[in-house]
Amino acid sequence: MAVSDVKEYAHLTQAQVEQLGREFDAIRKEIEDSLGEDDAAYIRKMITLQRRLAVAARVTLFASAFPPAWLAGTAMLGVAKILENIEIGHNVMHGQWDWMNDPEIHSTTWEWDTIQPADQWRHSHNYIHHTFTNVLGRDNDVGYGILRVTRDQQWRPAHIGNPVWNLLLATLFQWGVGLHDLDIEAIRTGRKDMGELRRQLKQLGRKVRKQAGKDYLLFPLLTGPFFMTTLTANMTANLMRNLWAYLVIFVDHFPDGVTYFTEEELENETQGEWYLRQILGSANFRARKLTHVMAGYLSYQVEHHLYPDLPSRRYPQIARKTKALCEEYKIPYILGGLPGHYWQTFRTICKMSAPNGKLWNKDIPPVDPERSQRHVREMANAA
Amino acid sequence: MGAVPGFKISAPRLAAGTASAAAALAGVAVTAGSRARRKAPAGRPLMGPSARFTTPLLPDDYLQLINPLWSARELRGRVERVEPETDDAATVVIRPGWGWSYTYQPGQYVGIGVSIDGRWHWRSYSLTSPPKRVQKHIAITVKAMPEGFLSGHLVRGLAPGTIVRLALPQGEFVLPNPPPGKMLFLTAGSGITPVIAMLRTLDRRATMPDVVLVHSAPHEGAVLFRKELHGFAEAHERFALVERHTSRDGRLNFADLETLCPDWRDRQVWACGPEKLLNDAESHWKQAGLSGVLHLERFGATFTSGGEGGHVRYAVSGKEVDIDGATTLLEAGEKEGIQMPFGCRMGICHTCTVRMVSGAVRDLRSGEETSGENTNIQTCVTAAAGDCVLEV
Repeated sequence: MAVSDVKEYAHLTQAQVEQLGREFDAIRKEIEDSLGEDDAAYIRKMITLQRRLAVAARVTLFASAFPPAWLAGTAMLGVAKILENIEIGHNVMHGQWDWMNDPEIHSTTWEWDTIQPADQWRHSHNYIHHTFTNVLGRDNDVGYGILRVTRDQQWRPAHIGNPVWNLLLATLFQWGVGLHDLDIEAIRTGRKDMGELRRQLKQLGRKVRKQAGKDYLLFPLLTGPFFMTTLTANMTANLMRNLWAYLVIFVDHFPDGVTYFTEEELENETQGEWYLRQILGSANFRARKLTHVMAGYLSYQVEHHLYPDLPSRRYPQIARKTKALCEEYKIPYILGGLPGHYWQTFRTICKMSAPNGKLWNKDIPPVDPERSQRHVREMANAA
Repeated sequence: MGAVPGFKISAPRLAAGTASAAAALAGVAVTAGSRARRKAPAGRPLMGPSARFTTPLLPDDYLQLINPLWSARELRGRVERVEPETDDAATVVIRPGWGWSYTYQPGQYVGIGVSIDGRWHWRSYSLTSPPKRVQKHIAITVKAMPEGFLSGHLVRGLAPGTIVRLALPQGEFVLPNPPPGKMLFLTAGSGITPVIAMLRTLDRRATMPDVVLVHSAPHEGAVLFRKELHGFAEAHERFALVERHTSRDGRLNFADLETLCPDWRDRQVWACGPEKLLNDAESHWKQAGLSGVLHLERFGATFTSGGEGGHVRYAVSGKEVDIDGATTLLEAGEKEGIQMPFGCRMGICHTCTVRMVSGAVRDLRSGEETSGENTNIQTCVTAAAGDCVLEV
């Protein structure tokens, strides 16, 4: 069941939550004060590496008719696109590097290599998703307007296709993200302002023309007789990024144990409660360093949601502190393996295609035994 | 007004007619013939088409991987050398990259951005190199201020090869062309820097008119360009140098002008130096009813008016605050912990420019009010004039 009061849910008193808030504020301060040349050098190096890789890929694809070149070029382009998308684009647009005061690496000016215009992304993601994280009816990332990912979302007949929509979203992820800020749910229910929709579609159309023109027309044309093989290479690279970005985002928010909230939670929510909601609404996964980088450190989703605008490379350092705080305050901190978390996510998506209590969606959601015991004990004490 | 290090990304910023930049590209990146070079305003003929391939980035974003100066997106330069001038001052010689314009006027200043501990800091300095027809370098001369964190770094900590950011030259404190027949320069300390560019220009063109330079510095060793100034005095009989050492002679008393430069009333005057000197000069010439001939260069903004204050909402960060009419929007934002873009903090470099979604602000220098929707404002010199919403 969706939670309407996060502090009640976490069995914390108002004073404890406020103390927790101060602890999290202190971590932010500590990190901000320690930002310096090493951090700046990291993002500059990452950007340089990514651009070199992209150039190398495009050059290699001039020989795309030759299978090993196709393979190498596609792999490099896919990796370059992934780095550009998450570790660079997503994180720069969060303002993680704004402290550098560098107009070339700044959230207000960054444009990324995907069909969604940066403006629309900053609204749908930075504002809507990161402010109203996991609040049903407010955070459109809960199911992206087409999937049912929790029992708390009302079932509609279209949800029967949940696994199919899931597959489509994974393969066409950049297009799904591209349409995201249009707010499909609002269009469906007639809440969308048509003037605003026209403006957004125009902006999106321009970006789509440029992006598709580059990958599906100009670069293939440039390689002359190898038009088709370059085209398939570019399409594959985009597919690689779609699947990876989809995977990272889904395991960050939909594994078992992630909590959803009702709009009541937002009423008079304090900073401490906001932090608490961010922790309960996110899931981390374990990985090697290279995977963390490829995931833009979103594998530290809890930390990313607590501090979306602190540089990603500091999340491991922050995680040591946040984990300790969560242990101290007995707050669930979800950490698991990538395959396990995806399996849970996929299982949920399949299960949620049926209405609650029907067909293959009959079992009652698991309850944390310790939590319920504590609840019973406290109820007894109160009585 | 030249381009400034603002946050533009949509279009490549290339000063129209910058032959050097066009030539640089023509020679290196594309094999454009002399026709393209002649059509300099079009600049880089392949820029548009090649940007179709690099979208959402610009070709420059890739070219600068080969040479950091090959980008006109943000003006930049490479430090060639740092030449000591006095104990606490040095001349920084910079080779500008693409997009730079050498068509500046002697006396103008340039914005320079330096990365220290990962953060870009901006200040403005007078160009001390005279503009030339064929030129590859520019120079600024910097005096390390005791409290000046950036000036100290420029004088002592800047290694050759360092890439710095630049803003195109600007400023109204310039040498007229042709120069007036009789000129008086009143300078103190590093106030000589814009004037040396003018004197070098006059010297190089051999058009030195009747010039008196009254320059003050604490002592002989602290006089910038001392040898060169004495050289001018020897080479040009119509150039008179009055060198004053304030540790011995005290500060300039304007009554002494009658003896130092008896015909001061007949001269066009350029004054540059500490606030006190400029204020004294202003009232002196005003009393003489000659305000029109006095040109002043102030290092630092003088806030003469206040705003009304108001409720300010920083829309992106979601912070809101009530501020008074004397606090700049930049200071108020920083106090709230917002990562505000900032530069010179004196209204020169425009790095701090952000979009005002709605509301009204007042420029603390001129008192001018700006209101409306989606207007760009300089947060370092403006205060709220009522409620406003900023996109930062």
